[in-house]
Amino acid sequence: MANQEKEEPGAGARISLAHGSGGTLMHELIEDTLLSRIGNPVLNDLDDSAVLPDLLGRALEGGRVALTTDSFVVQPLFFPGGDIGKLAVCGTVNDLAMKGALPAYLTLGLIAEEGLPLSDLERALSSLGRTAESAGVRVAAGDTKVVERGAVGGLMLNTAGLGVVPAGRNLGAGNVREGDVVIVSGMIGDHETAILLAREELKVSESIESDCAPLHSLAETVLGACPETRMMRDPTRGGLATTLCEIASSSGLGVTVDEARVPVRESVASVCDILGFDPIYMANEGKAVIVAPPDGAEPIMKALRGHELGRDAALIGEVGGRPGVHMRTRVGGLRPIVMLEGVQLPRIC
Amino acid sequence: MDRERFSSEPEARALVARIRELVDGPAALMEVCGTHTVAISRFGIRSLMPDDLRLLSGPGCPVCVTPQREIDRAIAVARDPRAIVVTFGDMMRVPGSGSTLEREKASGADVRIVYSPLDALEVASLSPDREVVFLGIGFETTSPTIAATVIAAEERGIANFSVLPLFKLVPPALHMLAALPGRALDGFICPGHVSTIIGSSAYEPVASRHNMPCVVVGFEPLDILGGIVMLLEQIREVRGGGDARVENEYGRAVTPEGNVRAQELLDRVFEVRDSDWREIGEIEKSGYGFSSEFVDYDARVKLDVDVPLDAEATGCICGEIMLGTKLPTDCPLFATRCVPRDPVGPCMVSSEGACAAFYKYERNEG
Amino acid sequence: MCLAIPGRITEVEGATGLVDFGGVTRETSLTLVPNAAPGDYVLVHAGFAIEILSEEEAEETLSLFRDLAGALGDEP
Repeated sequence: MANQEKEEPGAGARISLAHGSGGTLMHELIEDTLLSRIGNPVLNDLDDSAVLPDLLGRALEGGRVALTTDSFVVQPLFFPGGDIGKLAVCGTVNDLAMKGALPAYLTLGLIAEEGLPLSDLERALSSLGRTAESAGVRVAAGDTKVVERGAVGGLMLNTAGLGVVPAGRNLGAGNVREGDVVIVSGMIGDHETAILLAREELKVSESIESDCAPLHSLAETVLGACPETRMMRDPTRGGLATTLCEIASSSGLGVTVDEARVPVRESVASVCDILGFDPIYMANEGKAVIVAPPDGAEPIMKALRGHELGRDAALIGEVGGRPGVHMRTRVGGLRPIVMLEGVQLPRIC
Repeated sequence: MDRERFSSEPEARALVARIRELVDGPAALMEVCGTHTVAISRFGIRSLMPDDLRLLSGPGCPVCVTPQREIDRAIAVARDPRAIVVTFGDMMRVPGSGSTLEREKASGADVRIVYSPLDALEVASLSPDREVVFLGIGFETTSPTIAATVIAAEERGIANFSVLPLFKLVPPALHMLAALPGRALDGFICPGHVSTIIGSSAYEPVASRHNMPCVVVGFEPLDILGGIVMLLEQIREVRGGGDARVENEYGRAVTPEGNVRAQELLDRVFEVRDSDWREIGEIEKSGYGFSSEFVDYDARVKLDVDVPLDAEATGCICGEIMLGTKLPTDCPLFATRCVPRDPVGPCMVSSEGACAAFYKYERNEG
Repeated sequence: MCLAIPGRITEVEGATGLVDFGGVTRETSLTLVPNAAPGDYVLVHAGFAIEILSEEEAEETLSLFRDLAGALGDEP
């Protein structure tokens, strides 16, 4: 096996504990595998810390700096519509974008497990590099560790992100007012459903694509169409329902949405039906929930529908009504929406 | 089969208006099916009902009526490293006397969640040196799928597979509920998918012996609203001196005789036994054990795991809730000491339990 | 109890069928519905088809709803 690795580097090669030892193998890994895919003048210095020469053209004057971090532990590492590398950029870029920040730099913490095929690491990093480029961000600093087999399910990533909030922009739940509109930027539940099917436990033959996408340009489109936009959130874990509950609780106002207007793909709805899940609790990785003043509804919807990630956007409800979150059901009933206590487990009986 | 057509709003409005017209005094309808509990909550049906009409949730969640002792037995099996416990997801959080399967899994027990009992058979064929124990929960809808799986295990010669039989039967519970003193119920919303197997005629003794209106009902919004209209019309007739009968709203899935093939499999693999319902007690002929032909697949016999008797003193009122005399919101523990994350009583455990459904969908209604 | 959802059989091989649930297909046991054929709508629970759905009955129920709704106002 060791011989084979030497004969065919790249093909059957796997990560070993030596790759994390600080020795030559680790340097080779960083130079050959990492820098070739995510390198840039700042990262290539490989110094103890990155000293940022500029903010990639984002002007700071009068604005503020946004900083966020997120860890990525998705299984499987590769799934239709994305992979852990793409997700590691999108997750952090989206957290910045939802606060109206223009994303600039990321850091990357990488924990790989011994035995991980080198080709898997390369594939994930290539995807991470491509996504970073498309989002206009650079990886400025990084760290690599290797841990024993079985410890991290192959690969775990952490990214921190730094962005600039232009002067005058101040998105947040404190701005939300009675009568505001609530918009979702597209179909909900795709990501978590895609992951479920990719695990192949449900034995469904089709696959569903994750919606995993960087939302920086969509966020700018929304803010361009309606600079008075109150707030944005990306409904990741816990789904749309949880995000709506967070909006209601941090604004102290009621939120009422219409079930019939919430966009759900038929295949996602079917998988949820099979398992007894509710799509409004399924995670998304490329969607935004937007709260805006009523006269912002039309310009935002028009702008979203012209954006490739917002074609299925829908105005789903408004701020107001009873405290908490309520959903007007298809048959005209009123159903309270609460946060889930834990994960949804498939129910059959 | 276009499901959308069974949730059309104009017809729903008309049915709701009809319900309001038919309710001219207090009436209480009970469903005995967790999927009805969830559907009624999820569609916001209660918010559309007149105040005088109460929709009660009976003992319709098979997880909720599984005695604590049986959960303890499943946990004891899970703790044996030679065993793999395979279950539907709902069983994971049901509290035994000291633990749950979810907690045992976190501490290293091999507990797996499957969608179909056939998946458990796959686990068994892939792990021939371990005993794979499937937790056989369910009403008449689920028990035939497990009977078919046991027959498949025999045909394929898979010997390291067994089932812990915790099955329950619906009609005996309906008799018990209808015969309760004080007659708190005016009609049964009969479980559509149980009826698919046992047939609508299975409720005829319930209707005739107790003069109790019974309507077999489906699970889409119009099914439920239409079923309620049918029940209310029948209740009006019964109050006027007429005889109660069984009607079938869910004709597209339920025939009078039911699924004969499934009944044959049930008869072959199982035999009817008395059964203990959590917080309710023993109900005569309300469960299944294995027939002598298939006793080799009975985990209780095969593994001989002994567990102490129940010591259920929780202070919760799940029993009364399932009998229809109390609502979840009447319980002092509801949403305080007893929440889905840390349930005290069985009704909070399963997402189909009356308390869990109330917590998730109707808590604000109080 | 008993979450079951309708799907349409697209293929049958022995006692197993492929069932389409609005855009996703899953292998489903037809052991409990030996007469099921491609094109039939079946009700599926825990990986088993438990009954063949009757489209005729579905239409009848929908028309019953219309009648029930239509009976509005007929009461004294």
